[in-house]
Amino acid sequence: MKNNILKNLKTIKNDEIKGRSLWVDARIRYSKNKMATMCLFALIFICFFSIFGGFFSNYSIDEIDWNILGMTLEKGYPSIQSGHYFGTDEMGRDLYARVVQGSRISLAVGFIGAFISTFIGTLYGAISGYYGGRLDSLMMRIVDVLISIPFMFVLILFLVVFGRSILMIFIGIALFSWLGMARVARGQTMSLKNKEFIEAARATGVSEFNIITRHIIPNLLGIVIVYGSLMIPGFIMAESFISFLGLGVQEPNTSWGALISEGAGTMTYGTIWQLAFPLSFFIVTMFCFYFIGDGLRDAFDPKDN
Amino acid sequence: MTLLKVENLSVKFQTNDGIVEAVKNLSFDLEKGDSLAIVGESGSGKSQTALSIMGLLADNGCSEGKVFFDKKNILNLPTDKLNKYRAEKIAMIFQDPMTSLNPYIRISDQMSETLIHHRGIKKSEAISQAKELMDAVKIPEIEKRIHMYPHEFSGGMRQRVMIAMALLCNPEILIADEPTTALDVTVQAQVLNLLTEIQKEFNLSLIFISHDLSVVKQISDRVLVLREGLLVENNEIKKLYESPAHPYTKMLLASIPRIDQTEKEVTKKIQKKTDPILSVKNLSVEFEINQRGALPWAKKEKLKAVDNISFDLYPGETLGIVGESGCGKSSLARGIVRMIPAKKGKVIWLGENLLNKSNAEMKKLRCNFQMIFQDPLASLNPRMTIGDIVAEPLKTHHPKMNKKERTKKVSEILDKVDILQNLINRYPHELSGGQCQRIGIARALIINPKLIICDEPVSALDVSIQAQVVKLLIELQEEFNLSLIFISHDLSVVKQISNKVMVIREGKLIEYSEVNKLYKSPSHPYTKMLLSSIPRVD
Repeated sequence: MKNNILKNLKTIKNDEIKGRSLWVDARIRYSKNKMATMCLFALIFICFFSIFGGFFSNYSIDEIDWNILGMTLEKGYPSIQSGHYFGTDEMGRDLYARVVQGSRISLAVGFIGAFISTFIGTLYGAISGYYGGRLDSLMMRIVDVLISIPFMFVLILFLVVFGRSILMIFIGIALFSWLGMARVARGQTMSLKNKEFIEAARATGVSEFNIITRHIIPNLLGIVIVYGSLMIPGFIMAESFISFLGLGVQEPNTSWGALISEGAGTMTYGTIWQLAFPLSFFIVTMFCFYFIGDGLRDAFDPKDN
Repeated sequence: MTLLKVENLSVKFQTNDGIVEAVKNLSFDLEKGDSLAIVGESGSGKSQTALSIMGLLADNGCSEGKVFFDKKNILNLPTDKLNKYRAEKIAMIFQDPMTSLNPYIRISDQMSETLIHHRGIKKSEAISQAKELMDAVKIPEIEKRIHMYPHEFSGGMRQRVMIAMALLCNPEILIADEPTTALDVTVQAQVLNLLTEIQKEFNLSLIFISHDLSVVKQISDRVLVLREGLLVENNEIKKLYESPAHPYTKMLLASIPRIDQTEKEVTKKIQKKTDPILSVKNLSVEFEINQRGALPWAKKEKLKAVDNISFDLYPGETLGIVGESGCGKSSLARGIVRMIPAKKGKVIWLGENLLNKSNAEMKKLRCNFQMIFQDPLASLNPRMTIGDIVAEPLKTHHPKMNKKERTKKVSEILDKVDILQNLINRYPHELSGGQCQRIGIARALIINPKLIICDEPVSALDVSIQAQVVKLLIELQEEFNLSLIFISHDLSVVKQISNKVMVIREGKLIEYSEVNKLYKSPSHPYTKMLLSSIPRVD
């Protein structure tokens, strides 16, 4: 009897600590999506590979293996004995080390781009949507003007004028990437601001800043995260495209795009591994991001709540 | 002759929280030409029963048992076979006609399409048949109306169109799922009369699903009372009202606000000698609607939502504001507390005109008047815990208060509205509608306001919970000496709580007097009509 009461008390106490937020709900739904969960683990593995993969490599990214130089096809193939797990490139540099480093750059471009676009875009869109009226018109016209400038063209122009550097790519992506997010956030805010809980906050006298930060943005996050996760592959793709063109990252640094470009160039000589390794990392990552985005969308779908 | 025989019907749903049984072992018979009502509160499984008979359950639902139509089991038949029964044998109408009509297709085309599909007749013939039915449901100016789009009809007219469409293929059973819940009380009375007439005329068997026992009384011969999927009572209508067998039915009947009760004694002492706490003088609220396109120079049309309304409110008093949808009752309340700008007039709060205040001054004053909203769940931020929601007004108006004091105040106020302390870290979607509304009340009360504006606070709640919330409001009003403005479309709820009642129509004040006087001897014909349209239990 006493035990029972104690047990009851315990459950009540536990009850008090736990509340199942919509985030927890979303996580439960997400974890039920097997494909998305698998992709999440695969992506985490790739991230770890890009961060810690360097510890397992026997060579640095710019070290030329003189034994192999000039005989890539005969000696530079992937092998554990030679220490070149992914083989070497045309100049005898270790491809494993270079893929690790390229992954780091490509993923960084994706994540930083998504972070900047989410941060600026959400704030910009929420302010524009919440205040509405003339401010909204002005802010959205600015977005319209910027969005109508051909992004890739300007980015290439930047790289040509200011010189090739990864920093330039970050700035270029940051400059344009938030526009789509701002539109999405604005649309969501406009539908949110007529909800009764916003009206309740206004009736209480909560300041506009607090309404935006406390009530609007937390309710935007679901959509924003989904949209952001679907944007990451776009950034990686853009960086790869620019590096493929030969702009973008500078030697000895590299990225997936640059590696694929080199691999594609030497494909005809039979050194297929130079293309296969970076390309498979690239494809698997894209695949993962799209599936994760899909999983997140299902998890946050308000219709299910 | 038994037309429809339901045996041991169970409906189960596969959800994230496991299997939910919506209907448990339900059996009933429906005779030819009979009218059966299924009554229950939200979540009782009344709609799911109807949907499973029609084979329209959501993807995650499955039904077991047997449903005999003319001695053939039609439950879980494949869609192509079931389609022969749908519309031709069993037709269904829903709560919101707008969602069941395609907004892009003319009524004439929507109606004739069904006939052409099921009967294989020519279009001209189909349209003339459709016109006959529209005549049967008493739609005026059929020649003109039949070629209109759904949005050009009013709510009541749309429901008539739905009934006409349901009758197109001469069904034997008509299932009506809360057909009058979204309608105003005067329109509801018309639609109910129409349904009764149509049922007799076409010799239909009617299954009428409703949460409202007083509506059911007008239309049905038998009533099934459901509770959490279980059949509680299956009784003849007269017996059910005179001597309900089950305690749950008794409780339901007792919770219905009675409009025709004897005069309520005014227990509350209203301090008439003091000055009014709020006095509204000639308040007008206007909305601008763009009439001709979105061009900046397009002519703008004005809609007078509130037209020249004045009243006084004394401390501890409750003013009921009554009117049909779109009459401007919510705009009036929002105009008073400046949630929307007022066009003209004065709102005098303890001697000061609110309409002259700057926004910053207004923000400070807002701790004196709070609002309670209609939809309990939508009025709470889904990403915030109950504790945070209730504490928010404190954070806003007493920013210096430390966390400990705040938590103490929150738990005090939760006690007052009968919410358990351990819910403090829960989120709104984990609570029931009644609990959410209590949280809404707690949030309004926590900064000790003098006036609370309740905008249809109980119309989204079940009748038993509605009674509890009204009782709670009355208790709290006495304890804190609150003034209330109680907005509702439901005259019987307003009667329970108000001292004075104001009837509004199209933004204009129709009648404004003491509660007992207004209900006993209404002076305006519109008020009389409103009062006579209310379905009565006794």
